[in-house]
Amino acid sequence: MSSERTIERDPDESAQPVTSGAESVVRALENASVDTVFGVQGGAIMPVYDALYDSPISHVTMAHEQGAAHAADAYGHVTGTPGICMATSGPGATNLVTGLADADMDSDPVVALTGQVPTEFVGSDAFQETDTTGVTRPITKENYFATDADSVGDTVGEAFAMAERGRQGPTLVDLPKDVTNADTDREPGSARLPDTYRPATEADPADVDAAAKAFADAERPVILAGGGVIKAEASDRVRDLAIENDVPVVTTMPGIGAFPEDHDLSLSWAGMHGTGYANLALTMSDCIFAVGTRFDDRLTGGVETFAPDAEIIHVDIDPAEISKNIQADHGLVGDASAVVRQFADALPRAPDTEEWVATCWTWKNDYPLEYSIDEDGPVKPQFVVEAVDAATDDDTLVTTGVGQHQMWAAQYWTFTEPRTWVSSHGLGTMGYGVPAAIGARYAAGDDQSVVCFDGDGSFLMTCQELTVAARENLDLTVFVLNNEFIGMVRQWQDGFFDGRRMASEYDWIPQFDVLAEAFGATGFRIDDYDEVEDTVEAALAADGPSVVDVHIDPEEDVYPMVPSGGDNGLFALAGDQL
Amino acid sequence: MSDGLQGPAPEERPRPEGRRNSQGIRIDPEVEAEPEPRRTTITALVENEPGVLSEVSDLFSRRQYNIESLTVGTTQNPEWSRVTVVVEEPDPNIEQIEKQLDKVVPVIHTRELGSDAVSRELVLVKMDADEPERVHAITEMYDGTTLDAGPRSVTVELTGSEREIDDALDALRQFDIREIARTGKTALARGETKTSIAPDRLK
Repeated sequence: MSSERTIERDPDESAQPVTSGAESVVRALENASVDTVFGVQGGAIMPVYDALYDSPISHVTMAHEQGAAHAADAYGHVTGTPGICMATSGPGATNLVTGLADADMDSDPVVALTGQVPTEFVGSDAFQETDTTGVTRPITKENYFATDADSVGDTVGEAFAMAERGRQGPTLVDLPKDVTNADTDREPGSARLPDTYRPATEADPADVDAAAKAFADAERPVILAGGGVIKAEASDRVRDLAIENDVPVVTTMPGIGAFPEDHDLSLSWAGMHGTGYANLALTMSDCIFAVGTRFDDRLTGGVETFAPDAEIIHVDIDPAEISKNIQADHGLVGDASAVVRQFADALPRAPDTEEWVATCWTWKNDYPLEYSIDEDGPVKPQFVVEAVDAATDDDTLVTTGVGQHQMWAAQYWTFTEPRTWVSSHGLGTMGYGVPAAIGARYAAGDDQSVVCFDGDGSFLMTCQELTVAARENLDLTVFVLNNEFIGMVRQWQDGFFDGRRMASEYDWIPQFDVLAEAFGATGFRIDDYDEVEDTVEAALAADGPSVVDVHIDPEEDVYPMVPSGGDNGLFALAGDQL
Repeated sequence: MSDGLQGPAPEERPRPEGRRNSQGIRIDPEVEAEPEPRRTTITALVENEPGVLSEVSDLFSRRQYNIESLTVGTTQNPEWSRVTVVVEEPDPNIEQIEKQLDKVVPVIHTRELGSDAVSRELVLVKMDADEPERVHAITEMYDGTTLDAGPRSVTVELTGSEREIDDALDALRQFDIREIARTGKTALARGETKTSIAPDRLK
C-alpha cells in the first residue's frame, strides 16, 4: 500500500546551499523524502513557508490547523511514514493539539512544525505566544524547542526519525522566528535517533520459547492483532501464523485490516461494539497471543472479566505497554514483525484447535451481524455501508468520524487489507473523517478510492475542510449518515439515562448536499432505499469531492454492545440486555 | 431504540471460570487479594537537558502516582544528573513507574533500589532560640550541625536516614519550629553494585 515517494527536482535546478534556519528545516524534510505538508500560514511560521517557496515539497493549505494535523495523521497511517503538519505560534499551535493527541493515542507517525515568537520574547506573553512544548509534551512522543539555526535542521531530522521508528507517534518542533530567520550554512545531516533511544528489535529467545510452548499447549488459543501489527508491517506474518496453525484471529478496532475479514479464521474485531463471536472467543480463550495492542478499555471492558482463563502472551515494541492494563504471563518486547517470526519459528507444534475452531464457528452462526429492513421505512445505515463496500474495490481507503456511523462502518465493511481503515480510535475525535480523507487522498495510489463515513454531528465539526478538497479537486466521497442526533450519545442516554436526551438532538440541521455545493463539492441526497444504489454509484463516479447526505433511521442503534467497564462475554444484543 | 440483534441471551452463554483483579492480574477466585502499596526508592540517570525534570514529574502527575519525594543533582559526568524518587504504590504501579521513566527519552537508566541502598536526606530546621543549650544538645545527639545562632532564632542542619530525620524533628518540635526545608531522599546502591548502567555509546 505505501507508495514509494521521491521528491522531484528539476535537474537543471540543483538544490541551493542552505542560507537560513528555515531553509535548513525544509532541507531536513527534503532529505526525509517528504513530498507533501499540510498546514496554515501565520506570522511566526512565515520564514519556513518562505523557504518552502523554493522547495519541490508541495504544501496543502487547510482550513483549520486541526484539519492539518488529522490530514497528516491519516497520511502517516496510510503510508507508514510521518505526515507533516505546520502551524504558526499561539492559536495555530493550540489548534493542532487535538490532532496530535489523536495521533499519540493511535501511534500514528506525524511531525508537527510550529512557529514560535522570537527567543527574546519567549516567556513574556508576547502576541500569539503559547508554551507549545509545554502544552504538547503529554500528547507527543517527543517534542523539541529549536535553539539555534545551525542545529535546527538536525533537530527536525531527529523529530522525523522519532516519529517513524520504534513505537510510532507524533513529534513536534517549536521554531522561534529568530532561529528560522537566522543565517546558517549548516546542511542538516541524515535523520538519526537520539543515543538514549534504541527500540528493541527482537525479543529474548528464552521468553519466546516459553511463550511458544504455552501457545502450543493451549486448547482455546486466539491471536489478537492490534494496530501495532499494521504499523510494523507484520500483517503477512500474522496471517501465515494463523493459517499454518489453524488459530482464530480477533483484531482490535485499530487492528482492522491486519487479517482479512473474509477469511474463515477471522472473528472480526472485539470490544465495546465488536462482534459477539470475537468477544466470546476472547472471553473463553485459554491463551491469547496479543500483538501490538495496549488493551484499551474499549477492547477489554472491565479488566476483572477480560479473558480470565487466558494466559496472555503480549508482544509490543513499547516495554511500558507490557502488563500496563492486563498482566502479561509472557511479555515479548520487540518489533512485531520480527517477534511474530521468532514466535512462529519457536512453536514446537501447532496447537490442537479443531474443536475450538468449530466452537468459534457456532458462535459466528449464533451471533451474526445483521439488521432488519423495512423497504418503506427509513434507510438503515448498515445497508449504505454495505452498498458502498460492494461498489468499491478492496483497497479502498475508508475514513470515518467518531460515533455510531464509525461503528457501523467498522462492522459492516469487510476489510481485507492493512492500512485501509483510517479512523480515530483512542481519542475518539469527532470531526476526524473529512480531514483524514484529505490526508488519505494524498497518500493513496492513483487507482485507490477514498470514502469517508461521517455522522451529522461529526461532519459539522470539520466540514470546512471540504473547501480544501474542492480547491485541490480531490477525488473523495463523504457519506454523511445523518440521523439528526449525536447518535452515540443518544444511544447511551436511552440505555443508561432513562432516555433523557439532553443536548443530543439537533432541532435543525443544514442540508448537507446543499452545503457541499456551497463549498464547491458535488452534493447528493438519499432518503429511500431505491435511491441508494444509483446515488452511491453517481457519487463515487463524480469528479472531485462529493458529499452524500444520507437520511437514515434516526432511532437505529449499534449492537452488539458491551457497556463501559462491563463483561465482554455478556455483550448486549438489544437495549433490554444492557 | 432499535430492536437489536438475534442470538442466545447473556445468561445462555458459556462462562469462564477464572477472574482477574482490578490490576488485570489473573487470580485465584477464592483469594481476593488486591496488591498493597509499599514505599520504595527509584533511581534514574538522566541526560542534563532542559525540561527533563518536568518530563519526569509530568509523568508522575498525569498517571496519578504519588511522589513522596524527588531529588535531582548532577553526577560525576557533568552531562548527567541523578534523579531519586520515593514513591508509595502497589507493585504493578512500581513496575509501571520504572517503565514509564525509561520511556522518557533523556532517561539513560532507571531501576528500583533495594532496601540495603545507601540513602540520606538533609533537613534545615529554624527554631526559636529561647533554650540554645538544649537545642544544641539535641542537635549533637543526632549528629547535626548548628549553621546559624542568633539572639532569637537558631538554624540547624541534620543529615540521616528518613527515619532518623523524622525522629530528630520529633525531638526538636518542643522548641517552636519556625521553618523546615527538607531535601527528600537521595540514594546509591550499596557496595560494588552499580546504581545505574549507561550503555557504552553514551560514555
